[in-house]
Amino acid sequence: MSVADVAVLPHDPYQLRRAANELEEAGPASKRIIAGYGFWLFLLSDIVMFSAFFAAYAVLLGANAGGPTGSQIFDLRNTAVETACLLTSSFTCGMASVAVDARKRGWFYAAMTGTFLLGGYFLVLEAREFASLVAQGAGPTRSAFLSAFFTVVGCHGLHVTAGLLWLLTMMAQIFAKGLRADILRRFLCFSLFWHALDIIWVALFTVVYLFGIQQ
Amino acid sequence: MSDQVFDRNDVAPGDDSPFGEKIVHGIRTYVIGLALAVLLTVISFTLPASHLVWPPGVPVALVVFAIAQMGVHLVFFLHITTGPDNTNNVLALAFGVLMVALIIAGSLFIISNLNQNMAPMNVMMNMRH
Repeated sequence: MSVADVAVLPHDPYQLRRAANELEEAGPASKRIIAGYGFWLFLLSDIVMFSAFFAAYAVLLGANAGGPTGSQIFDLRNTAVETACLLTSSFTCGMASVAVDARKRGWFYAAMTGTFLLGGYFLVLEAREFASLVAQGAGPTRSAFLSAFFTVVGCHGLHVTAGLLWLLTMMAQIFAKGLRADILRRFLCFSLFWHALDIIWVALFTVVYLFGIQQ
Repeated sequence: MSDQVFDRNDVAPGDDSPFGEKIVHGIRTYVIGLALAVLLTVISFTLPASHLVWPPGVPVALVVFAIAQMGVHLVFFLHITTGPDNTNNVLALAFGVLMVALIIAGSLFIISNLNQNMAPMNVMMNMRH
């Protein structure tokens, strides 16, 4: 590839990157890409930790020690509403990313508020489910199955709680500091975190609830 | 010229079009992702009760739909794509998938093997006397 070809380079940035690589002029990756990569590594390690909880749950699914089984305690309608909340909140979080790219602060605050409300309602539903289980005598101490259930679902709930706190922090930082490059990198990490929680929830409603209810 | 090349290269996965198209493209990506995710979720929730699948095959079908939905989330929400800036992300993902598969399949295999080889509870209780 010669310098003369540069004049007719394609508009597609991926092809541009390839062309630049061929010219050996690409240089180091941008900070945004490196920050995203590092955070992605953290998310993968978090997913590996969750996989251990999932394995424990799958192994202990039948170990109810004479206590209630999944089909007696799970309410799939509640799970469906929780799923709808998280899925929609993932979408509104995506809308917040688009708003940031478009530099529209109003849209950003609206989308983030929607994300917060949906995530908050998810947590309310989960807390209500936990409280009613404990009230029925089906708390985490009842059987190995219920210990595994409260561990995996509760751990996801804690992640969502942390995500909501981070969400408020991001809104405050963009309000106070504006759409600065370093703040935008933090927001990129937050949106990756929020979408990854939704991926874990997909595994969770399938393995914990849809498999559990068949026991 | 080379400065311009570098500026236009300073893109992360997801913002891969000129500015005006970027918004439309971004919204379209999330809408497609949401539609596919909703479709797969609805299938997962209605599949066990509908008798469309041979009952012993339901768990396998649920796992397949869950993996498909995770793929949808990865591509449309997390923007893990095949672009050159994403090679490292994809390699890390492959390693993560390997770890998750080893932990889950290994645990299930080992514990079910132990369960099969363990004497039934009443036999164990009698052995003490």
